[in-house]
Amino acid sequence: MKAVDFDYECPASIDEVCRRLAVAGGDAKIIAGGQTLVPLMAMRLARPARLIDINRIAALQGIADRVNHVAVRACTRQAAALDHPAVRARVPLLAMALGFVGHDQTRNRGTIGGSLANADPAAEIGLAALALDAEIEAQSARGTRTIALELFFAGPMETALAPDECLTEIRFPVWRDGMIGTGFQEVSIRRSDFALAAAAVQIARDGAGTCRRIAIAVGGAAPTPIRIAAAERRLLGTRLEEADIDAAAAIVRETVAPLADLHASPAYRRRVAGSLVARALAEAAS
Amino acid sequence: MSQHELTVTVNGVCRRARVAARLTLVDFLRDELHLTGTHVGCEHGVCGACSVLLDGRPVRSCLLFAVQAEGAAIVTIEGLSPDPEGLGILQDSFWETHAQQCGYCTPGMLIAAHALLQRNADPSEAEIRDAISGNLCRCTGYQQIVEAVALAARRLRGVNVTEADEHGG
Repeated sequence: MKAVDFDYECPASIDEVCRRLAVAGGDAKIIAGGQTLVPLMAMRLARPARLIDINRIAALQGIADRVNHVAVRACTRQAAALDHPAVRARVPLLAMALGFVGHDQTRNRGTIGGSLANADPAAEIGLAALALDAEIEAQSARGTRTIALELFFAGPMETALAPDECLTEIRFPVWRDGMIGTGFQEVSIRRSDFALAAAAVQIARDGAGTCRRIAIAVGGAAPTPIRIAAAERRLLGTRLEEADIDAAAAIVRETVAPLADLHASPAYRRRVAGSLVARALAEAAS
Repeated sequence: MSQHELTVTVNGVCRRARVAARLTLVDFLRDELHLTGTHVGCEHGVCGACSVLLDGRPVRSCLLFAVQAEGAAIVTIEGLSPDPEGLGILQDSFWETHAQQCGYCTPGMLIAAHALLQRNADPSEAEIRDAISGNLCRCTGYQQIVEAVALAARRLRGVNVTEADEHGG
């Protein structure tokens, strides 16, 4: 249970990280909080020849509260984001999701960008980011680009990031019109374990209580977190009555394609995904 | 492969060493500094036995390479005692409520509970359970640990009680 030997580097700037990634040609791995990478290295499922530590780069830390979004720098600790007033007030769905992420000890070290780059299909941060249509900023020696969240997750533990790219920022859009409601629900074996299935919902209603904007995302029920567009369409323009919510949950169960693992069967995950969406909708509408 | 000069403060004492990149912080604390109070359980971030305070916050020392702790202030279980022979209030509360059996998880539990009490002087039972949710115990069933943390919280708030007083003994 010890990692194989590797070279360790701790650059002081993002540019330096990008230069080193470009030279390494895929042999290097970025380490942020290390809460997934270090266990993988201990079990020797990951054997990077070189670790590039981004923990000491000031430009990768912190949260900026902007007009249309809350920008979280990639190496911001999950605990810092959870406690941040702008996250709590303006992107409450992310704050709700973070409450389900790991434990005190792991949130103090684990980062927002690290969780996204790791792309576990059951991870809560990616689920909230997908529901909010977040944007990823990535930098390499070739330049900087923005990746829409819907194009970011490529499969289990796979993203659109190239081997020479460093995730630098995640921009979580703020919904500013209407009465905003959020819901986040999950089922896990023990508290703070990875979700067997999870649902994230955000709604905006007008003064009459009619749903004018909605996002529904499900995690742990497919190779990546997914949006359930058909359920969103079903609920737009409704007042989210019980029959509407039931219909949306049925659509969720028809749409998801869960994988099997030791912990739960696809049939269970499909059923529970629908129920969690129904609960999250009720939570958002309450 | 790469070797690094490391300077860290451990329990208030400045320590310098040359470490291999692959050396975890917990192995550094135990094998290099001989601070064996911090336990190694799973070595992959599941059990919480290796919890230490890194710049005041609890982290798993098996999920950090020692080289990454450069410049940090670390507190281990040895640093929670008022002196090498004595017990702090939190440790004494564990003793009084029989909050350990085999003792393997105890250092990590104490670190997690200490961090909770630093930021919350009057935690609810749910908050105590949440704070120790990252620490596995295979003996106690957790009940006495929760009681110990609650007792320590009351004592630290200046409510001078023993468990026997509370139960009319």
